[in-house]
Amino acid sequence: MEDKRNKSAEITGSSFLPDSSHTDAFVEFDRVQKSYDGVQLVVKDLNLNMPKGEFLTMLGPSGSGKTTCLMMLAGFETATHGDIRLDGKPINNIPPHKRGIGMVFQNYALFPHMTIAENLSFPLEVRKIGKSDRETKVKRALDMVEMGAFGGRRPAQLSGGQQQRIALARALVFEPELVLMDEPLGALDKQLREKMQFEITDLAHRLGITVVYVTHDQTEALTMSDRVAVFDDGRIQQLAAPDELYERPQNSFVAQFIGENNTMEGTVREIKGETCVVQLDDGGLIDAVPVNVTKVGERTRVSIRPERVEINKDRLQEGAHTLKAEVLEFVYMGDIFRTRLRVAGNDEFVIKTRNAPDQVRLEPGTEIEIGWLPEDCRALDAPN
Amino acid sequence: MTDAATEPDKITGPTPDNALRAADRADEGPVLAADGTPLKQSLNRALRAQKLRALALIAPLLIFVLVSFIAPIGDMLFRSVENQIVSETLPRTVRALADYDAASEEVPSDEVFEAAYYDLFYAAERKEHTRLGSRLNYEMTGASSMFRKSGRGVDDIGEVYQDQFEDLDANWDEARPWAELMGDPDWIAAQEAWDGEGDMPEFELRSDIAEVLPRAANSYEIFARYMQSEEGDSPLEEEPWSVVHTALYQDLSTGDVSGYDGPRAEMLQAADELVATPEFETISFRDGFEEIDEDWVEPEIWRTIKTYSPAFTSGYFLNSVDMQKTPDGPALRDEDERIYGLLFQRTMFMSLVITFSCILLGYPIAYLLSNLPSSKANLLMILVLLPFWTSLLVRTSAWKVMLQQQGVINDVLVWLGMVADDGRLVMINNQFGTIVAMTHILLPFMILPMYSVMSTIPPSYVRAAKSLGATNWTSFWRVYFPQSVPGIGAGSILVFILSIGYYITPEIVGGTSGIFISNRIAYHISSSLNWGLAAALGTILLVVVLALYWAYDRIVGIDNVKLGG
Repeated sequence: MEDKRNKSAEITGSSFLPDSSHTDAFVEFDRVQKSYDGVQLVVKDLNLNMPKGEFLTMLGPSGSGKTTCLMMLAGFETATHGDIRLDGKPINNIPPHKRGIGMVFQNYALFPHMTIAENLSFPLEVRKIGKSDRETKVKRALDMVEMGAFGGRRPAQLSGGQQQRIALARALVFEPELVLMDEPLGALDKQLREKMQFEITDLAHRLGITVVYVTHDQTEALTMSDRVAVFDDGRIQQLAAPDELYERPQNSFVAQFIGENNTMEGTVREIKGETCVVQLDDGGLIDAVPVNVTKVGERTRVSIRPERVEINKDRLQEGAHTLKAEVLEFVYMGDIFRTRLRVAGNDEFVIKTRNAPDQVRLEPGTEIEIGWLPEDCRALDAPN
Repeated sequence: MTDAATEPDKITGPTPDNALRAADRADEGPVLAADGTPLKQSLNRALRAQKLRALALIAPLLIFVLVSFIAPIGDMLFRSVENQIVSETLPRTVRALADYDAASEEVPSDEVFEAAYYDLFYAAERKEHTRLGSRLNYEMTGASSMFRKSGRGVDDIGEVYQDQFEDLDANWDEARPWAELMGDPDWIAAQEAWDGEGDMPEFELRSDIAEVLPRAANSYEIFARYMQSEEGDSPLEEEPWSVVHTALYQDLSTGDVSGYDGPRAEMLQAADELVATPEFETISFRDGFEEIDEDWVEPEIWRTIKTYSPAFTSGYFLNSVDMQKTPDGPALRDEDERIYGLLFQRTMFMSLVITFSCILLGYPIAYLLSNLPSSKANLLMILVLLPFWTSLLVRTSAWKVMLQQQGVINDVLVWLGMVADDGRLVMINNQFGTIVAMTHILLPFMILPMYSVMSTIPPSYVRAAKSLGATNWTSFWRVYFPQSVPGIGAGSILVFILSIGYYITPEIVGGTSGIFISNRIAYHISSSLNWGLAAALGTILLVVVLALYWAYDRIVGIDNVKLGG
């Protein structure tokens, strides 16, 4: 399991670009397009490689094409253009029931007229597996999700969390190598969801299965996945490991979509290797990492995480640029303080500071100076 | 992973688990409300007002249904056992027949004929004898004409005596002497003083006349009261019926009037002398009846009257199942007289065929409807509902145009050369026509419940089945179909129960071989006027439907029937 994780980390850096020559890819989308009406593309030129054993999450707002991608992989939708390959073989023309892919649905889709054991035994029956074999496998799958005592019940007699476990067990009972999950935790309450997040990743890694997981919940995506593909407008905006995605977003959509973020617009004034200076629209100068900017004079949108904003000048680098800020609101949140500032004409600039013994509580109305390490502020693409 | 399946979910919010645990706790003892009364009791109190309000809301409809639906149906069902007409029209005969052994092949005694004479005479005067005749005709062919003839003929018996008494003394043919002989003097005075306004003073018998002339007094009283109440005539001005003369003869021939000294004593005593002479012509009641109709001296009519004399009878029900009452108890009718068993069987069989055809035709349409995008589904739904907006008669008549031998379908087949012109298919006025037309008419009742059930089945079930490795057919048959069964059940119950009582369509396109039991019921209601039999047939139909409903509930479970949601 450990080396599988390493492998996925290796690929992280390079896999954003199409790489159809990648030979050990288990799931492969190659220039896939999908249109429902012949006018608009729901999925535009999707390229994705997944090694065996990876837990990949497709994350994005609704309508971004993530579920369509999952349905194409499962075989319920056909790609308008391009190839989808599973273990090296194109599967475009293979009907869903022959793909051997396990799937967990949003509302579990447990067959209400069958008992739990019958639900689990269904995929084995259609595979013509003998009765005694079936019973062993059903029992093993139920034990795996700690539901051994519930075989005789009907789905309606179980709670949401229990149904979720059964749906998982049913998708795994016929030992598929690839399991798709379509927002499987969407119907659960928050605490149960967190518990199930852990259980699903634990199970996936224990069994060494490859998982494609669709969600619109970024916390879920960050905590569960080896890699996350952020979808928007029919494209993968960024495909990276969670930490990479959070700390080094590739464009302003990803920066906005993952976590809380402060943005300001300005023009690039100076580029010096790994850092650049951006002049904000009200004249203030700040340091940033050039990500999507290449030349001086280009418009850009800079992005900085609230927890990376520094209010203590002593901690800043020599000669770092700072900005004046007015404190508008202070919110005590227990583990952190959330302070809203007016910075460069932006009233929604938020900083988060840790609730440490020596931490200052900023009073609304006070004027402070803020700054940050240049590598924490990213100069991304400017909005159109 | 911990032992999460058996452990509480550690959630404080409302989850199914928590609700179940709360329900378990509630069972442990009576929960008390804030004021110390049991919670159930105070809940009931709180709900009572709500229930009353609900009752008030449904009250108008409830009353309407009770008055216009339940009560007439109850009355109709009651008719299937009701049989007072015999004992009310022929009370004396029924009493006299009490000892008669209906199983014997003998004609009853003279007392029975005597009782029948009086009963028939009064019934004929009240014009009730033909109704009884029709009633008995259901059980014995010819009874109707017998009673009609007898209504006229019973007069002949009395006239024998009437004529002889008249010849003796013209006063016997006058109203006034009879009234003086029979009436109370106070009543006569009151009747004379009556000015034609308001009610007539009711006739009173003279105090001792009933002892001297018991039959004649009784007979005259019936006559006088009938004249007063039904005809509005004064008995002082109406000569009595001939039955009174018959009664007088009977009294004179058996009793003694020599001691009588009231009004008209001489007239009565003269008549008594006349009766005593051997020349006096008499006729026995039995001979009188034989003269009217020879069937009266056959045991069959008496057996029938005796069998149907109780106020309640199982006769109609026995008739409905091709049986009849005999002195030895119920017995099956002759083979060639059995029709209802066949009709019931045919009704059931054809209803089943219609239901099955509706399932076969409706299922794919309902499936398509529930899987189409809503704009197209709505259009298709309009087409499904279109028949509802057309009159039933129009649709049925259209089938007549389509199916008849010179109709559209036959013409097309002949034109295509598939059928010879002289070999046109017979598709109407038989079972085929009824099944085709009724399947078409009842199809929406099958499609609608199926559709509403199917549209609640999420597509993810079939997808799940396919993702688990099931072929299209397996995922349909093992996953989709079982979930659509409640819709089939609801549609089938609806269509089957509707078709089992269907009337108009079989009446128009059914001919003789395609009619249902309901057509026979309608015939008895409107043509043969045998409402009792119609009610019995209807009751059996109702019981059959309820029994089937019960069986369905036992086998499939009525909870599984869904009309929607």
